[in-house]
Amino acid sequence: MRSFCYTAYEMAGIISVRDLSVVLGGRFQALRRVSFDLEEGKIVGFIGPSGAGKTTLMRVIVGRQRVQSGQVTVLGLKAGAKELRPRISYMTQEISVYTDLTVHENLLYFARMRGLRGKEALTACKGVLGQVAMAEKSGVLVVNLSGGQKQRVSLAIALLGNPELLVLDEPTVGLDPVLREQLWKLFRELAASGKTIIVSSHVMDEAERCEDLLLIRDGKIVAHDTPQQLCEKTGTRTVERAFLKLAGHNT
Amino acid sequence: MQLLHDPRTIALMIVVPCVLVTLLKYVFNGQPRLFDSLAPMILGIFPLLMMFLVTSITTLRERKTGTLDRLMTMPISKLDIVFGYAGAFSLLGLVQACVVSAVALGLLGVTVLGGAASVLLAAVVAAFLGTSLGLLVSAFATSEFQAVELVMPILMPQILLCGLFAPRDQMARFLQWLSDVFPLTYSVDAMRQITVHTTWTSHFVRDLLVVIGCAVLALILGSVTIRRQE
Repeated sequence: MRSFCYTAYEMAGIISVRDLSVVLGGRFQALRRVSFDLEEGKIVGFIGPSGAGKTTLMRVIVGRQRVQSGQVTVLGLKAGAKELRPRISYMTQEISVYTDLTVHENLLYFARMRGLRGKEALTACKGVLGQVAMAEKSGVLVVNLSGGQKQRVSLAIALLGNPELLVLDEPTVGLDPVLREQLWKLFRELAASGKTIIVSSHVMDEAERCEDLLLIRDGKIVAHDTPQQLCEKTGTRTVERAFLKLAGHNT
Repeated sequence: MQLLHDPRTIALMIVVPCVLVTLLKYVFNGQPRLFDSLAPMILGIFPLLMMFLVTSITTLRERKTGTLDRLMTMPISKLDIVFGYAGAFSLLGLVQACVVSAVALGLLGVTVLGGAASVLLAAVVAAFLGTSLGLLVSAFATSEFQAVELVMPILMPQILLCGLFAPRDQMARFLQWLSDVFPLTYSVDAMRQITVHTTWTSHFVRDLLVVIGCAVLALILGSVTIRRQE
């Protein structure tokens, strides 16, 4: 029975969500009977206005959010399973970095938490810092960095330990265009190497860069498609127009 | 580790208690015997108060800034986090206790019959209690402001009733009962025991065990408030 389930999950993709409902604080219905499947090795965008349920959905996937009903399977296991922790990483929306430590100390601390030791940890820290183009800031206290730099440190931490699934909550919001382009290049490289990346954003032009899109509104999935197909189906030129059309706004 | 970058906090944590103990000596200028009996009790209160504040605020920050969210999705156990905290801050408490005791016993000439090592032991146990209480309390505060304010309802009554201001047997009966259930009373009592006895009395050992017991209990309750899934 077990092995049957496993195969079923594998077929369903890297993440499988069925009839998921989440109530926050006992009152607010953040997600309403959401179902979808995601494929491996893609950049998936969770797109929608603030308060739509993007962060809640991400917290469910990384196992940080209790659910009211429904099944969520991640990499063939129940979301929140202990065995998943080394295989996934989560970057929160707020910059979850110790501001009174240096960049390097932050990375080293989280590398240890990911089970990396000694030389291995040092190499990993150096590697991820290079990936986010922050190598020269290694010895700087985080409190003295700019907002965008802090965000990149937070992203670097999420890259530690070579996780198969990266769940990144608004990783590129507030960054300048050049930096954004750099990070998207990094995401594409990671996806090309077989990793799955979930990125949330309320900025629609980010959506065009994703390979798979989930448009979320009021705790429901309004659409799940590639950006191209979404535009074709709605007869629009941009994802932003498509979203507005789906949301019932006639422009 | 975070503290190493914050010399001001270190100064506040280590220098200020020394200054306060010294101040106390001159407050009781005319009653040196009284100072001799009060100073060790103070040595039992400082680590607790200090570690309570430091831990409650750091833990609150972890909860607020998302670093706890991050840690909770990583392959480490909750107990590692809780005991990591308790261990690190107790160690800090030891450093503080070393310096303050050196000032009190060395420079200010306070005599403790039980010896400096016993004083340090009691101080570390007090620091451990402070850390555990701080961890627990951080769950009930929603801002750093509240965390600091919680010192008033949680620690002030314990300080008032621990026997520092008035001997416990001269207090009203119901206050004595209250004092009996406050862990700080035992921490201060332990300090008093080693002040007047050259060896460890069973009383002293009992005091320490009570304090450690309360600290472990607070730590367990505190770790329950750190939930993997919210």
